[in-house]
Amino acid sequence: MRKKEMIAMLLAGGQGSRLGVLTASKAKPALAFGGKYKIIDFPMSNCINSGVDTVGVLTQYLPLELNRHIGIGIPWDLDRRNGGVTILAPHVKGDEGEWYSGTANAIFQNIDFIDNYNPDYVLILGGDHIYKMDYSKMLNFHKQSGADATIAVQEVSMDEATRLGIMNVDEQDKVYEFEEKPAQPKSNLASMGIYIFSWQELRKSLVADRDIHPDSDFGKHIIPMMLNENKKLFAYRFNDYWKDVGTIESYWMANMDLIQTVPDFNLYEDFWKIYTDSDHQPPIYTGLESDVNTSLLSEGCEVSGKVYNSIIGPGVIIEEGAVVQASIIMGRCVIGAGAFIDRCIIDDSCTIGENVKIGTGENVPNAAKPHVYDSGITVIGESTTIPPNVTIGKNCVLYGVTTPEDYANGELASGQDIIRRMEDE
Amino acid sequence: MRSIGIILAGGGGNSAKLGGLTETRATPAMPIGGCYRCIDFTLSNMANSGMNKVAVITQYNSRSLHDHLSSSKWWDLGRKQGGLFIFTPYLSGSNSYWFRGTADSIHQNITYLKRSNEPYVVIASGNSVHKMDYNELINYHTEKDADVTIVYSKIKPADDINEYGVLTVDNDFRITDLEEKPLEPQSNLVSLGIYVISRTLLIKLLETINAEGRYDLVQDVFVRYRKRLRIFGYHYNEYWQTINSIHTYFECNMDFLKKDVRSLFNHQYPFTDTKPKDEPPAKYNIGARVINSLAGSGAILNGTVQNSVLFRKIYTGEGSKIINSIVMDGCYIGNNCTVENAILDKEVVLSDGKEIKGNKENPTIINKLSVL
Repeated sequence: MRKKEMIAMLLAGGQGSRLGVLTASKAKPALAFGGKYKIIDFPMSNCINSGVDTVGVLTQYLPLELNRHIGIGIPWDLDRRNGGVTILAPHVKGDEGEWYSGTANAIFQNIDFIDNYNPDYVLILGGDHIYKMDYSKMLNFHKQSGADATIAVQEVSMDEATRLGIMNVDEQDKVYEFEEKPAQPKSNLASMGIYIFSWQELRKSLVADRDIHPDSDFGKHIIPMMLNENKKLFAYRFNDYWKDVGTIESYWMANMDLIQTVPDFNLYEDFWKIYTDSDHQPPIYTGLESDVNTSLLSEGCEVSGKVYNSIIGPGVIIEEGAVVQASIIMGRCVIGAGAFIDRCIIDDSCTIGENVKIGTGENVPNAAKPHVYDSGITVIGESTTIPPNVTIGKNCVLYGVTTPEDYANGELASGQDIIRRMEDE
Repeated sequence: MRSIGIILAGGGGNSAKLGGLTETRATPAMPIGGCYRCIDFTLSNMANSGMNKVAVITQYNSRSLHDHLSSSKWWDLGRKQGGLFIFTPYLSGSNSYWFRGTADSIHQNITYLKRSNEPYVVIASGNSVHKMDYNELINYHTEKDADVTIVYSKIKPADDINEYGVLTVDNDFRITDLEEKPLEPQSNLVSLGIYVISRTLLIKLLETINAEGRYDLVQDVFVRYRKRLRIFGYHYNEYWQTINSIHTYFECNMDFLKKDVRSLFNHQYPFTDTKPKDEPPAKYNIGARVINSLAGSGAILNGTVQNSVLFRKIYTGEGSKIINSIVMDGCYIGNNCTVENAILDKEVVLSDGKEIKGNKENPTIINKLSVL
């Protein structure tokens, strides 16, 4: 196989448990974002736009949706005879199979894949963030600084720094210390979970750490190990838009960033396009009685109702008299006539009955998972059905086919759940 | 698969009737319905009917078409065996002609027919917007034991029948008369330019007429042989439109504002496929008022749009009004512009306050890349 200067390894196996029911049916990188995209489209598009044409995607948690989405990489022009995209799932070796037990362990288990391309550098990416980044610039920085590893960092507030992995650097941005969630941060440079390693250095560290930490992790083990060994680690400062979408509220906020008149994150420039699998993409129809503003609508939507301050995925139908506001509606949902939806996230292929009201009442945190659902946003899982004429409060979770009997007096109070999925039956 | 496909996409000669819109493109590359090109309909029909081998014959202004067809993967025709073939006129030791007619264009590529082994050939026009499972057509063809089957439909009242092939059928649907662009039409049944014929018969007929110096498929094969061959009509009842004038082009786009037409092409499986453009979702800003209209992806809308079809990547400024118009890919409409009964070709730029007004029967056409 022809040698590649740098290949990317994209860690897409995570569940994203703080996203609650949104990741009950798919891995976090497969979650929709900005209407037509999925979170993984951002690192994937960054790769091809940066000239990285070989990408290994490491999957583990609920990979079906990701596998289907990525396919052979056509949307990103990553269908290549040499390189392109390869899905790397955990597999059996010898007598035993082994799950990916940590971020670095996952890479360790795919050393053969990387060796095949005999790369000088390996780019490690996650599938958790929304950003546009030219990895080739980061690679230049890595080469110029003569680093063994380069860690992309973003300047954050000192308050945020206490919740993140922080790189302490000298005046050349050479890293001398890494601290995970420091109580008293010495710097405000947060690791973005994006690394470039010189492959032979990383390879040695992965093999060495294998016997020490069975759950080998880049942040916890590999970076500290390399620092201990006096390897050259540099911080690469990245100051453009970079948003974590790891919680219900941050996911909702990052989506809402897109509807400003001049958004901080611009999807509309030709120079750095974000690609996604949009196999069928008719235009959007807005009807005679419709009213749509301050919103993003994806291909194939049919809107007869009203949409304000919202993000609407492909093929969504919003019937007469329905009002959707401050909400995220993902692909192929149907919002029944006369429905009223406020501050709600509705995952793919849901059917909301006529005259359903969502997002009313008091802002009571969710009873079962108060730390996941506390921002007033009601979340509806994939392929959920809600019968007509029911009223649903804030911080509720609905998942599966629900019937009128599930709603006492036709209501679901704030903070309550209805979960009706196969696994419960 | 029982048949191979041939799409006749050489047209565009009737540029005057399309008001300059075909100055820079072939008719099959005309933008339709907010995201499609005219040829997508026939091409998708063929792919969705399970054909593995489709030839597109181009001649007039073929650059636009070749750009659109540059990858066959969007129609799932990127095959190792078969796939998408594109035939343009070429020079060889024995031939230095342009295609002298539809039959000649197929005859010059007769190797395509001879190297195939599927029993039937579906020949269809790249100028026709319709949705059809050609398997049903082939079934009908074999049931009727026909030599040729021609798809026909009733002409719409507003269309100019003199632009079509007009035919009459008997009780058994055998075609009794067929006349191309007649002065005195004998019926209101018109050919949609979609035919089924057995591959071997087509080879034989093409070789015969070519030796006689005849080059037109309809005139020199179907009309000339209408008594000798068993030619049947297949009545097609769904939506169709042939793009052959500004009137039909405008009408066809406006038809996509009707629910049943959108439902047929956009929302009922199998879908009509087109080359993806990877534009972001359409953005409706504060102040946007877009009613009974289509907007393609990549749009940024600030003004009023009414009864119009906007293609991809359109920008409309604050206070602008677009009424009863077609706006093609990449147009920029400044603040406080008015566009009414007009067709803006691709990438037109209107500076603030411009006014473009046509009338319903005769929409104003603004040429591609104009800056006003």
